[in-house]
Amino acid sequence: MASYDQDTTSLGVEAARRAVAGLPAPDAVVFATTAPAYADKTNATAIHAALGLDRASAAFDMVGSVRSAMGALRFALDGCHAGRTTLAVLSDIRTGLPGGNDEAGGGDAAAALLFGDEGVIADVVATSSATAEFLDRWRTPGESWSSVWEERFGETAYLPLVEAAVTDALKEAGLAVGDIDRLVVAGLHERAARGVARVVGVPKERASDELGAVLGNTGCAQPGVLLADALDRAEDGEVIMLVTLADGVEVVVFRATEKLVAFREGRPTVREQAAASMPVDYAAFLTWRGMLRREPPRRPDPERPAGPPSYRTEAWKFGFVASRCLECGTRHLPPDRVCLTCGAVDQMTPERLADVPATIATFTVDRLAFSLSPPVVVAVVDFDGGGRFQCEMADVDREQVAIGDRVEMTFRRFYTAGGVHNYFWKARPARATSGGQD
Amino acid sequence: MGSKGIRDQVAIVGMGCTPFREHWDKSTDDLLVDSSQAALAAAGMEIDAVDAFWLGTMGSGISGLTLSRPLKIDYKPVSRLENMCATGSDAFRNACYAVAAGAVDAAMAIGVEKLKDGGFSGLTTQFPPSDGTTVPLTAPAMFSLLAPAYAKKYGVDDAELKDVLTRIAWKNHRNGARNPLAQYRKEVAKDVICSSPLVAGPLGIFDCSGVADGSAAAIIVRAEDAYKYTDKPLFVKALSLVAGPSAGPIDPTYDYTTFHEVVRSAVAAYRQAGVDNPRAELAMAEVHDCFTPTELVLMEDLGFTERGMAWKEVLAGTFDLDGELPVNPDGGLKSFGHPIGASGLRMLFECWLQLRGEAGERQIDNGRTLALTHNLGGAPGSCVSFVSIVGSELTES
Repeated sequence: MASYDQDTTSLGVEAARRAVAGLPAPDAVVFATTAPAYADKTNATAIHAALGLDRASAAFDMVGSVRSAMGALRFALDGCHAGRTTLAVLSDIRTGLPGGNDEAGGGDAAAALLFGDEGVIADVVATSSATAEFLDRWRTPGESWSSVWEERFGETAYLPLVEAAVTDALKEAGLAVGDIDRLVVAGLHERAARGVARVVGVPKERASDELGAVLGNTGCAQPGVLLADALDRAEDGEVIMLVTLADGVEVVVFRATEKLVAFREGRPTVREQAAASMPVDYAAFLTWRGMLRREPPRRPDPERPAGPPSYRTEAWKFGFVASRCLECGTRHLPPDRVCLTCGAVDQMTPERLADVPATIATFTVDRLAFSLSPPVVVAVVDFDGGGRFQCEMADVDREQVAIGDRVEMTFRRFYTAGGVHNYFWKARPARATSGGQD
Repeated sequence: MGSKGIRDQVAIVGMGCTPFREHWDKSTDDLLVDSSQAALAAAGMEIDAVDAFWLGTMGSGISGLTLSRPLKIDYKPVSRLENMCATGSDAFRNACYAVAAGAVDAAMAIGVEKLKDGGFSGLTTQFPPSDGTTVPLTAPAMFSLLAPAYAKKYGVDDAELKDVLTRIAWKNHRNGARNPLAQYRKEVAKDVICSSPLVAGPLGIFDCSGVADGSAAAIIVRAEDAYKYTDKPLFVKALSLVAGPSAGPIDPTYDYTTFHEVVRSAVAAYRQAGVDNPRAELAMAEVHDCFTPTELVLMEDLGFTERGMAWKEVLAGTFDLDGELPVNPDGGLKSFGHPIGASGLRMLFECWLQLRGEAGERQIDNGRTLALTHNLGGAPGSCVSFVSIVGSELTES
């Protein structure tokens, strides 16, 4: 599950950073979720800024339904055909009413897929759609839980659509059912999803499990997460069929390339990442989800971040871009105009430190400060290659923090005040490896 | 050197200080009237004789009208000044300079803060609109950063450090128990201090100064005029204020075991006052014990002990009321609470009482005639620091 300081945007940043690490920046970002942090205001722009993308690259949201995920993939794929690289970020936080199936079975995750022409690890060989309007699962805007129709009805509606879409996709790809090495099925309708392998005629051992026991059903992120999981294990030339059930059926057929195995090296798998989680008690979970109001500290409410200063410092606030003195090399976080060491004025060059590891110089546990998850752990961290910053810590066991610990930066939502989400970076204990999806 | 000082050019001839506490029944105006009237009475002076006023307050009012309205000041210059927790000290400094410059014959420095009306725990500050990227650390958390860094550097283990911090709080409460103006007037047992609920890092509630309302005021005249007003004036020997470049939070060489700003301001103050060995020459010191680790580190920064030795000296009682150099004999921020604008002048008020022999049961009698006040605003690595030295005698030259 997502932590108290994560939302679909910050989860999306986490996944996106890893997807683009070491690769040329995409020409566009498209963000899909059922739980957008903002309406009206574009969420993809925060991801764009956190990645430090160029002004000329585009950013769009596709929000609202689980099906948006496949819309994002199709959009990104179309971009390829038009000569653009596009990053599709699929992110979701699943919430249900306390005690319900969705609460127990839902999971939070984000996956990011970069579509382009170079260094391809999986080719898209076919796509198909089967669209239909029926009342399977629905939620009015503003509600945190959804309603579902009786299960057997959904199964009856979905499975014929699966049959049609799979047939179309195989035809387009010039493949037979027997050529499918791995069938990946995503969808919130579990009963229908379980029936897909049977309808398509793929033997059970080739149907990927849904990671449900580990991650839960991750909604909009699920197609990306399951595909990534399949790619974690696929061999060169393997054919993967991704079937998504969401108000109809979308099918995409991939073929792994010879670059896949090398790409995986040094990147943790989806399953490894899913295993690296911290225990959370139920009261904390309800509080984070806004379902349990608790006594606040006797402190002023946090101030909402202001628009103009946030815009002026966009590169810092979202991109963690510091400055380095051209005269003496001293790094400044946040970026400064006058050098602390040599006093040179306006001799700075921007330098992104989001991916630079750091070491804890000293730290404290603040039991008085406002937080959705008190107490706040704050560390003074020194970056490899110079530069110091005082920052909050995320995903940390406060009993385990020590001077000298290694940390890495992570993009988070600090708090929400006056309807404004305050996004910025925190340090978290360094993980052995990084890459892939969160 | 840039900071020449104004040794023996001006004198304090009257001071007043309200009790520091929860003044539910008094407004900011009331507190200002009370402290200013007390200061004027001590100097035997009417308010009309004061030519200019400096009011220190961080958040209890804006502009000179905050003072001129309640006091009905008759069209005189009133400056309102803010320099975080050094606000009251800086008001005093500016008033002294105006008199030393010959611009005015008599000036009043007055500080006030009404914190309890806010209803929050600890200090709160209104900041301008921002991008939200500064970590919103509370004050105890900022200062608690000193504790693990100091302990690690000097090989003090967690239990020893807790003993040291506890003893600082215990000493200051013990002193405050002997002061009718203090907010907390009870001695507190060490085990109560040590086991108090944690607030930030290793700091418990008793490692933190309280929240209070209060006001204090001083009247400053030219040194040659001092005896017209009182037979026991205090002469200003040194005034030193520095604002650092806020390097600590951005400079990896800063180790969180010192306040560079304090060292700089202390060196300048000692030079202005002609003090070579503060530990032997000062009768007492009032320092900014906002949190117990602050006082620990200050003992080294102000040159009262060698580096790495303060924790041992604290345990040995060097800074107790009957120790070699009494520190915070009035009970400090620990016993008084910290109404920001008033604290610097409250420290000076203790020097006023002690050097004039009016401190009652906590009177220090070590034959010395100099006293130091120190306060700072901000956080470790990023602060303003003020040091003043006052004396009851003119230096022979």
